[in-house]
Amino acid sequence: MLYALLCYNDEKAVWSWTKEENDAVMGRLATVQDRLVKAGKMGPSLRLVPTTAATTLRKDKEPPLVIDGPFAETKEQLLGFYVIDVANLDEALEVARELADANPGGAYEIRPIALYNPERRGQGAGSI
Amino acid sequence: MNELSWIDGVLTAARPQAVSALLRYFRDLDMAEEAFQEAALRALKSWPQNGPPRDPAAWLILVGRNAALDSIRKTAKQEPLPADDVISDLEDVETPVAERLDGSHYRDDVLRLLFICCHPELPATQQIALALRIVSGLTVSQIARAFLVGEAAMEQRITRAKARIARANVPFEAPGPVERAERLAAVAAMIYLLFNEGYSAGNDESRAPLSEEAIRLARLLLRLFQTEPEIMGLTALMLLQQARLPARFDDNGDAILLEDQDRSQWDARLTAEALALIDKAMRHNRPGAYQVQAAIAASHARAPRAEETDWAQIDHLYGALERMQPSPVVTLNRAVATAKLRGPEAGLVMIEPLEERLSGYFHYFGARGAFLLQLGRKAEARIAFDRAIALANTPAEAAHIRQHLDRLKREGER
Repeated sequence: MLYALLCYNDEKAVWSWTKEENDAVMGRLATVQDRLVKAGKMGPSLRLVPTTAATTLRKDKEPPLVIDGPFAETKEQLLGFYVIDVANLDEALEVARELADANPGGAYEIRPIALYNPERRGQGAGSI
Repeated sequence: MNELSWIDGVLTAARPQAVSALLRYFRDLDMAEEAFQEAALRALKSWPQNGPPRDPAAWLILVGRNAALDSIRKTAKQEPLPADDVISDLEDVETPVAERLDGSHYRDDVLRLLFICCHPELPATQQIALALRIVSGLTVSQIARAFLVGEAAMEQRITRAKARIARANVPFEAPGPVERAERLAAVAAMIYLLFNEGYSAGNDESRAPLSEEAIRLARLLLRLFQTEPEIMGLTALMLLQQARLPARFDDNGDAILLEDQDRSQWDARLTAEALALIDKAMRHNRPGAYQVQAAIAASHARAPRAEETDWAQIDHLYGALERMQPSPVVTLNRAVATAKLRGPEAGLVMIEPLEERLSGYFHYFGARGAFLLQLGRKAEARIAFDRAIALANTPAEAAHIRQHLDRLKREGER
C-alpha cells in the first residue's frame, strides 16, 4: 500500500530557521530517508515554499477565479495533489485551468516546490 | 523543548496583532503596550497549565483589554485589588472573540501600528527604533545594542519619539484605498531601512537580527496584504539579499564581492521563496521599484556562476529602475552592468556626469577606478582608488580597494 505523509508545522517558525538550524534538521531527515531508500520504501518527497508564495484557483466559480494566497477554507479537505514541471506560475495556472475543466468544484492551491527528491527506491540517498 | 521559550516565541509572533488591536480599543500607545504586557504575564502563568489557546493573539487581546479595563476601574474607585479567581473565565474567552476578530480587522490594525512608527517628522533611525520597540517588542537594551548607543540614550530617544507620535493623531477609522496604499508604501520603506541597518552591518552579530526582523515584518505584511505586488517584491528582495549572507564574508570577516562569492553557500530555501514571490508579483502587471530591484537580485541568483550573469537583463532592469526612481546611485549601478556588456569606456561615460553629486560616495570612486584600470589608464585609476579608500565606510571596503592599489604599485615597479 502506498501512503502519503503530509507534513504540518508553523511555517513562520520553520522558515525563520538559520541555515545551520535548517541544515541540522535536513541532516537528521536524510539519515532516516537513507534507511527508507535502502529498504526500497522511499517514494518522492518534497518541501513546499511558504503559503505567502501560494496562488489559488477557485474552481467552484465559473470561470475559475485566481486569487493570491493559500486555500483558506475549512469545509473542503485535501484529496490529492499533482507535481508538474512548468516554466512559471502562468503555465502552472494554465495546467490548473485545464484540470478544472475536467473536474470542477473546490480549488487548486498552486504552491512552488522548494526542494524535490524524485522516487529513489533502492538507490543511494540524495540530499534534500 | 523548554516550555517557556516556546511561549516566548508565540508571544512574539502574536505581539503585532495584539498590540495593534489594543491600540484601537484604547487609542493610547502606552496603555496598549501595558495591556499587552499584562496579558503576556498572565499567559506565562496560564498557558503551561491550560495549554496554548487556539488563537493566541485573540486570547491576548481579550485578556489584555479586560486587565486594562479592570485597572482603570480600580484606579477610579480606589478599591483594593481583587483576588486572582475573581478574574474569571479566562479559559473560554477565546471562542467568541476569535470569531469576532477576523483577518480583515487585524490587517488595518497592524498596518496602523507600523504606520504610526513611520511618522515623517521622525528621523529614519527613530522610526526603526520605535518599530522594534513597539511592533517587534525588543527591549530598549537590545535596541540600544543594535544601534551601538547607550541604553539611557536609546530610552530617551524612544520616549521622545513616542511623545511626538502621540500628538500625530493618526485616524482610527479603517483607511480608504488611497490612504492604505500610502501607509503600505511608508511602512515598506521603513522595513527596508530596518533590513539595511542589519545588512550593511555585515557580520556584526549584534545587528544581524535586524535583517531577520525586517523579513519577519515583511512576511507578516504579506500575509495580511496578499495581493500587493510591491510587498511581494520587497519581501523577495530582502530574501535574496539575506540568502547570500553565508557567502558574504571570509574567515577574517572581510566582505567578499558578489562576483567572488561561493554561490553554493547561498541559502537555496530563501532563494526559492523569493523567486516564487517574484513570479507571483509579475502576474499583477503593476511594476514597482521593489519588484525591479528584486528582479535584479533574482537575475544574480539564477546565474550558477558569476560569469554566467545575464548582464543584458540586469542593464535593462536598472534602466527601468532609473525611470521609476531616478538617482545617481541607480545610474552608477547601471553603469556597472553596461560596462560588463559594452566595455569599461561605456561605463565611464555614463558615470562621469555623476561625479559632482557622488563626490562623497565610496562606490563611485571604486567603480571609476575599476573602469580606468580596465582601460589601462593607471595613473587616473590610482587617483580614483585613493579617493575611494578615503571614503570607505568599512575596513572591508578599504581592504578591497587596497588590493587594487597594491597591484597597481607592484605593476608600476615592474
